[in-house]
Amino acid sequence: MQISLGPVLYFWSKENLMEFYQQVANWPLQRVYLGEVVCSKRRSLRYQDWLQLAQDLADFGKQVVLSTMTLLEAQSELSMLQRYCDNGDWLIEANDMAAISLCTERQLPFVAGPHINIYSARAMAVLSKQGMQRWVLPVEMSAAQFAAIRHEAQQLNINMPETEVFAYGYMPLAHSARCFTARHHDLPKDDCQFRCQDDADGIAVFSQEGERVFTINGIQTQSGKKVDLRAQWSAMQALGIDAMRFSPQSEGMAEMINAFANSLVSGDTAITPPLEHCNGYWFGAAGMENTLAV
Amino acid sequence: MELVCPAGNLQALKLAIENGADAIYTGFRDDTNARHFAGLNFSDAEYEQAIRLVRTRQRKLFLAINTFAQAGQWPRWQRAVDRAAELGVDALIVADLAVLDYAANRYPQLPLHLSVQASATTQEALRFYQRSFAIRRAVLPRVLSLQQLAAVSKEAPCEIEVFGFGSLCIMAEGRCQLSSYLTGESPNTCGACSPARFVRWEEKNRMLESRLNGVLIDRFAEQENAGYPTLCKGRFIVDGKRTHALEEPVSLNTLELLPELIHNGIRAIKIEGRQRSPSYVAQVTKVWRAAIDAATHAPENFSSRPDWQQALAQLSEGKQTTFGAYQRAWQ
Repeated sequence: MQISLGPVLYFWSKENLMEFYQQVANWPLQRVYLGEVVCSKRRSLRYQDWLQLAQDLADFGKQVVLSTMTLLEAQSELSMLQRYCDNGDWLIEANDMAAISLCTERQLPFVAGPHINIYSARAMAVLSKQGMQRWVLPVEMSAAQFAAIRHEAQQLNINMPETEVFAYGYMPLAHSARCFTARHHDLPKDDCQFRCQDDADGIAVFSQEGERVFTINGIQTQSGKKVDLRAQWSAMQALGIDAMRFSPQSEGMAEMINAFANSLVSGDTAITPPLEHCNGYWFGAAGMENTLAV
Repeated sequence: MELVCPAGNLQALKLAIENGADAIYTGFRDDTNARHFAGLNFSDAEYEQAIRLVRTRQRKLFLAINTFAQAGQWPRWQRAVDRAAELGVDALIVADLAVLDYAANRYPQLPLHLSVQASATTQEALRFYQRSFAIRRAVLPRVLSLQQLAAVSKEAPCEIEVFGFGSLCIMAEGRCQLSSYLTGESPNTCGACSPARFVRWEEKNRMLESRLNGVLIDRFAEQENAGYPTLCKGRFIVDGKRTHALEEPVSLNTLELLPELIHNGIRAIKIEGRQRSPSYVAQVTKVWRAAIDAATHAPENFSSRPDWQQALAQLSEGKQTTFGAYQRAWQ
């Protein structure tokens, strides 16, 4: 099982990002996804900075992937996407069909991110033929659904790409034209004053009974609970999952990645995730549920 | 500009035709379509009738097979495409790569429209679908401003259809998993958002509470309009403040933007609401027919009439309407 680090989904300052990735260079993980995937107005790192960072991490032996924007609206975003796809060195994680279109035109391999809709081996095969090398499952997919896809692929004689599961962090659930962070601060999106920079892990949204339901992160709506599938690593490995993705949070990542890497090495599956985390999707239940807590 | 109207049953289809729809979109009675509700949609026998009706009146019938085929259940989606081809519908509205692939290869003459669920927001995404499956038209998600829409439309390799009126989905369609996070079922996997079987209404302390799979979505005082518990329109607590954190219950209405939509080459306007009543379909269709005719004949003199707006407001969620993302200020 490989450990991968997803793109930072929040707006962190350049200083914080650089400091974070400096640590990442020494963490026991294989893959790092870099880039801004939520809002094109967030530019604490410029294109060249990301490329430099990619090179630095590669020098430390990391496989680097550049992740692209999930929701494209402006033509300027499309131009930026083109630059990313034309980078010449790094594999692209496509989070929108536009990125897949550009990669296939250039005959470049790509990773299909969690926001590309694949729910069957047939759909998977369409993209594999176009160059999909690795597939990050949609967050709502269960182990049973994945097993069904693998079975279908076998029957149809379709090769499985490498597979990756979003295994830890607040799950990105939806994207909108509207910036919910700006709206929360009563600001228009065009004059958002980058207020999302104040919330290193998004803004919590509770029900009127105090239950945490969602997390607001700019135009993105995330889950209210963190998904935590660390305890499933061995079962996932048996199912043929190649990598588990950890979504960067502002605190505690180093300890967690180190401990998890140790579990992988020692074969320890006795990981007890906190009860407030969730794992429902993987077990075919509502995403917010924690099957261990029931 | 084509007026594309919804029909959840034969009666709605008849009324849409009588009131001036150019095309009517429908779905089979299962999870191959994204409005999979009990009592809704068309049986095989009803489709035979529907086809006769649209042919007699020279209108078009579209069929939405716009959910994502799930592994191990392919025969249902394949049958839906085969059946649609047999019926001779005028276009299939499709989102899933596997369904597009099958339909494009098996029935190359059957026009394919890219469903809004495919979430294509740029000419580049449209190019992918056009190259791969020869789509003729695409329905765009409700996330672009008018200016952005114009730019995409100008470069698009296919016809563009946009939503004109109805429930406002504020997320990029086809990529929203809020519903499955609470219930396990999402539009992508089960063809419905906030499925009815998870909804509970309760009176408590003279307040009406709506819950989805046990989670409190909103509380309404006696005089308040109680909305269906879609997650994006609930009232939540953010920083100690009770608020519609994502969006108020409100409907999209772009009637006033018609001349600009026509000017930007938008080929068709879609009315949302296959789950709404036949009389809703009749009233909305009538207003939009009149408005499109007026805007087409004399765009420079077009103004949206108060009686049109009044009729549409009556049919809107919370009796409020918005331009949604078409207007930058909403974003």
